[in-house]
Amino acid sequence: MKIQFKINGQAQTVDVDGKTPLLWVIRDLLGLKGTKFGCGKAACGACTIHVDGNAIRSCSYAVKFAEGKEITTIEGLSDGDNLHPVQQAWKEEIVPQCGYCQPGFMMATAAMIEKIPNPTDEDIDNNIINICRCGTYTRMRKAIHRAAEIKNNNA
Amino acid sequence: MSQAENNNEKTKKSFSRRKFLVRASIGAGVLVGLPIIGINPLRRSLFENLESMLPEYAITDPATTWFEVTADNKIFFHSPKVEMGQGAFTGLAQIAAEELEVDIEKINMLHATTAGRPIDPRSTGGSDSISALFAPLRELAAGLREMIKNNAAEILGVSAASLKLANGVISANGKSITYGEVVQQANKWEAPKEVRVKARKDFKVIGKPIPRVDLMPKILGEPIFSIDQELPGMLYAMVIRPPKIDTQYKIADASKAELMPGIVKVVKEKDFVAVVGKSRPEVEMAIRAVKVDWETNKNWNQEEILEMTKVGKGEDQLIQKQGSKIKEEGLIEFEYTTPAGAHAQLEPNGSVAHVTADKAILYISTQVPGITRKEVAEALGFEEEQVEVQPTYLGGGFGRKLHTPNSVQAALISKAVGKAVHVFYSRKDEFQTQKFRPPSHHVLKAKLNDKGMIDYIEHHVSAGNASFGSPISSKGLEMFMGADLGIWSGGRINYTKIPNIRFYSWHVELPFATTMWRAPGVMANTFAVESFMDELAHAAGKDPLEFRLVHLPDNEKGQRQKAVLKAAAEKAGWGKNLPEGRVLGIATSGELATVIAEVAEVSIENDGYGDYIKVHKVTCAIDAGMIINPDGVKAQVEGGVMMGLSASMYEKIEINDSRVQPTIYGPYRIAMMKDAPKEIEVIIIESGDKPLGVGEPPIGPIGAAIGNAVFSLTGKRLRKLPLAEEFAKVSS
Ligand code: FES
Ligand code: FES
Repeated sequence: MKIQFKINGQAQTVDVDGKTPLLWVIRDLLGLKGTKFGCGKAACGACTIHVDGNAIRSCSYAVKFAEGKEITTIEGLSDGDNLHPVQQAWKEEIVPQCGYCQPGFMMATAAMIEKIPNPTDEDIDNNIINICRCGTYTRMRKAIHRAAEIKNNNA
Repeated sequence: MSQAENNNEKTKKSFSRRKFLVRASIGAGVLVGLPIIGINPLRRSLFENLESMLPEYAITDPATTWFEVTADNKIFFHSPKVEMGQGAFTGLAQIAAEELEVDIEKINMLHATTAGRPIDPRSTGGSDSISALFAPLRELAAGLREMIKNNAAEILGVSAASLKLANGVISANGKSITYGEVVQQANKWEAPKEVRVKARKDFKVIGKPIPRVDLMPKILGEPIFSIDQELPGMLYAMVIRPPKIDTQYKIADASKAELMPGIVKVVKEKDFVAVVGKSRPEVEMAIRAVKVDWETNKNWNQEEILEMTKVGKGEDQLIQKQGSKIKEEGLIEFEYTTPAGAHAQLEPNGSVAHVTADKAILYISTQVPGITRKEVAEALGFEEEQVEVQPTYLGGGFGRKLHTPNSVQAALISKAVGKAVHVFYSRKDEFQTQKFRPPSHHVLKAKLNDKGMIDYIEHHVSAGNASFGSPISSKGLEMFMGADLGIWSGGRINYTKIPNIRFYSWHVELPFATTMWRAPGVMANTFAVESFMDELAHAAGKDPLEFRLVHLPDNEKGQRQKAVLKAAAEKAGWGKNLPEGRVLGIATSGELATVIAEVAEVSIENDGYGDYIKVHKVTCAIDAGMIINPDGVKAQVEGGVMMGLSASMYEKIEINDSRVQPTIYGPYRIAMMKDAPKEIEVIIIESGDKPLGVGEPPIGPIGAAIGNAVFSLTGKRLRKLPLAEEFAKVSS
């Protein structure tokens, strides 16, 4: 079936089985490889993207539900050369190790600070539920607080 | 899936790297390699002096195999060590930049392809990417610097001694030339007879907390992993993997799957079947429709595996011996066990392979590019030179990518369909066909004298293979060593003020593959030994920190280990007042040359379902020799503590009805943000003039540190990992 949506600000039409997980459409049809496959079962968060501003695990989200929606991936998070506050904070805190889980965490964080501009540690524990095997959580926590600060200062 | 109407250009980015390989490169020069240190034929002396006996790397390649200088004055460094998060690229770039007299930004790190670039004779692993390459890489880079300088002197018509080097520009008498220009104009590349490396006091790049060189690609989500690679006309494939351990593929009926949408072919090889199609989701659908006959040799259950792993069941080998063996009644004796564990790295195994009539290329996430090339060549009947392995960034390795037989499957599938193929594991495959950290069983015995000092200690460890059977180990070495390093590593007793010591390693063959897991043996052994030391301290009525200090020797290593213990304890507030309900637990490890101590600040909380262990803060002190990048060291320690905490607290693999359980994150519980300590404080104590390993040591002490804290707080001793489960058991 034909499905239309906007991705990173661009209109896009794909012609696929509507049940196809959005993850593979993004990665292999649209060639945006920043969204990662970790488990395919909504269990790790590596594939997190935004659909209409909500953090979604794209491995478990059928493409047909994206019809008419606005999708953002890690490639569309920054505003041209201006890093998104989350990316800026990640850079300042030197968060990534292997880096594989990081786009998912950054997308989850970006969605959270839209809804909770000043997240507490408890908000972070409850909302950031992805997996990082390299164990970058302590730096991430600092970076999340820092991202909220940068965003609030910019506003 | 049909083609999208608007394809995105970004995918192509990933291949720009390839063109570096054909850029102008400088001529050849040969540098003399370092001697390889021989192995002491006395086995136990080898066990006891392992750190000084490890063979050193020799680089006999010309510098030009490692470095390219391009006309636009950029330096490309083809690294035989892969970057899997450990920060090897950054440390190596710093070492090279230092000797080449350039800023770090001038160095562009690439993974060396096996086609004409340096091939690692071992693997990326064992925490030695920096330590093993430090000396030879400095010589190599300094040699290149001298060659460029000598040519510049000739081009500018001045003496080499009068030249000044500053970030890739060479100047003298008001004239200047860039390295890139020198490389374009020079035609004589003679290796200098003697190379002088820089004195430590002149270091400008080494020792600085430079942000990791792969930071921006990882923040922008660039396609740097093997799973991100695409080749023209590429198809997607999945191998159907056995659902049970000790199981072989017999035959498959794929008649239904072959007719499903998007399916191109079902490839049947002698030991596996794979489905190939136009998209990954279509292949995922189709593999469910393939009926496979498997043959399971025997039905294995968890009790059986645990029974096999017990001390006394396999074969033993004496690893450490001091004083005499004490056999008498009434020794203090306890047993400890650790379960099998999964690496569970986020990027699944796999590769993108393209095999043509006389050539094969693989983009792969591997810790062993050289071994992978050999295995693929053998499977295809090619010469090794016909196979190019291009390693990519690894989305985590931890030992899971020390063996990549999946590359052989990818190559055979590509050959069968005559196209490039993208072949990656599902998460279930990744768990089911894991090579696990082996389960272990430990028996510890000791005798205290009337002053509360340890008079005798005896440690037995039993576990499945770790380094044995791995492609990076050799049969000959295994015979020679007799005991599996991956089992006993971390189990030696460093407290050599104890007059009488015995340490035995037992080895069993388990019915499933086991291997190294970040730090082979260190996690399990440190948990057992350091928990036992705590039990002895309490039995002797001594402070656990003091008790450790008085049993460590006064030699150089002992002093270093005492220093990290004291530093971590002091910073953590050992013996001071803590917030209500919190206690500290301490543990240390000194396997190989690095020494580390960790203090966990713990409380027991209740979430309405029951009591649980909460780790608030971990304070570590590490002495890993000379430091190349303090921030990189900190990151590795934080990550190691976190991975060790996760494995000690939560992780467990079991075998039931020959099935691996669990096979998905969640049920296989990995520590998440809520489980992570709010703070991991890292104190670096620098010593000596050589960098030592950093990635593995932090894994060791954390489990015992937490368990020891829980004992102080509750009087309950946890002798089994995972701690969270054991705590729930002893609390109910
Ligand atoms: S890949 Fe989607 S949650 Fe793991
Ligand atoms: S950085 Fe490696 S999994 Fe998170």
